[in-house]
Amino acid sequence: MNNTMKTLEEFLELFCDELDHTDASKITSSTDFKNIGEWDSLLALSIISMIDEEFEVLLTGNDMLNSTSLSDLYELIQTKSS
Amino acid sequence: MNESPFSLKNKTVFITGASSGLGAGAAIECSKAGAKLVISGRSEERLGKVYGCLEGEGHERYIADLTSRSSIDDLADLLPPLDGLVLCAGITKTIPVKFISDEAVDEIFRTNTFSSMQLIKKLLKQKKLKRGGSIVFISSISTSYADKGNSIYAASKGAINSFSRVLALEMATKNITSNCIQPGFVPTSMLEKGSITEDQLEAEKKKYPLGFGDVTDIAYGVIYLLSDASKWITGSIFTIDGGVTLR
Repeated sequence: MNNTMKTLEEFLELFCDELDHTDASKITSSTDFKNIGEWDSLLALSIISMIDEEFEVLLTGNDMLNSTSLSDLYELIQTKSS
Repeated sequence: MNESPFSLKNKTVFITGASSGLGAGAAIECSKAGAKLVISGRSEERLGKVYGCLEGEGHERYIADLTSRSSIDDLADLLPPLDGLVLCAGITKTIPVKFISDEAVDEIFRTNTFSSMQLIKKLLKQKKLKRGGSIVFISSISTSYADKGNSIYAASKGAINSFSRVLALEMATKNITSNCIQPGFVPTSMLEKGSITEDQLEAEKKKYPLGFGDVTDIAYGVIYLLSDASKWITGSIFTIDGGVTLR
């Protein structure tokens, strides 16, 4: 259905765009995103909004809580967009 | 000698609605305080005049109609990284509530409210507001000091006050502050061409314990909120009104 799905690398890049104080080179698909230093409620909302804008998938707060790594999050986007 | 904390030296400040009124006054005074200015306005001729009055070197100007979404986007693309953003673009229209039209509501909110929201969103997306920067909205005492016929304008500025406080909270981690100034009546061209008569103006003046203000009275408030002296002030709504709202 969504044949223009962005790649995992593109997702990681979009994720890093939302960060202010974190070294983007340290962010990988296995990063436990809720444990990065600047993670807070506003960043969580920003990530949900970015995913909505870029992938047209609306994740919930629970989706975020139940995901650990960025690849988990990416897989969830794929599941929800199909 | 250390620079005064009230100085705007080495700061780049963008001012919308700078071709007349409070925006023009703020631009000129900010340049005197040492800022590098980027100014925008609708009228090329009037913006050119203000540009000519700026002190110092390296200022920039852009003709932009902030009622147009595409022109806001273009403007955001052109702007340099900013230490300060002053949102002065505003229009008013005096209509009793019974005669309000969708067109008037749309026009006033588009200029006074939506354009600022969209511009700030764009600048944040492009990371053009520097850490430690300041956002200053020109609001109005009309947000709580009611005047007949002023409902749309008052509502458009009330929305800005609320917007600024949420923005202040969201931007705090970047040490960016967001504040509003609520000026009282300052005779400017926006009002001169309005529907106010000489007699009404005289009657209005009597309500002001300190008399009418001057554009510089507002501009100095803007400078303070842009300067490092106010780095711990955010989400505030700063009334500069010659005492009219005391009673």
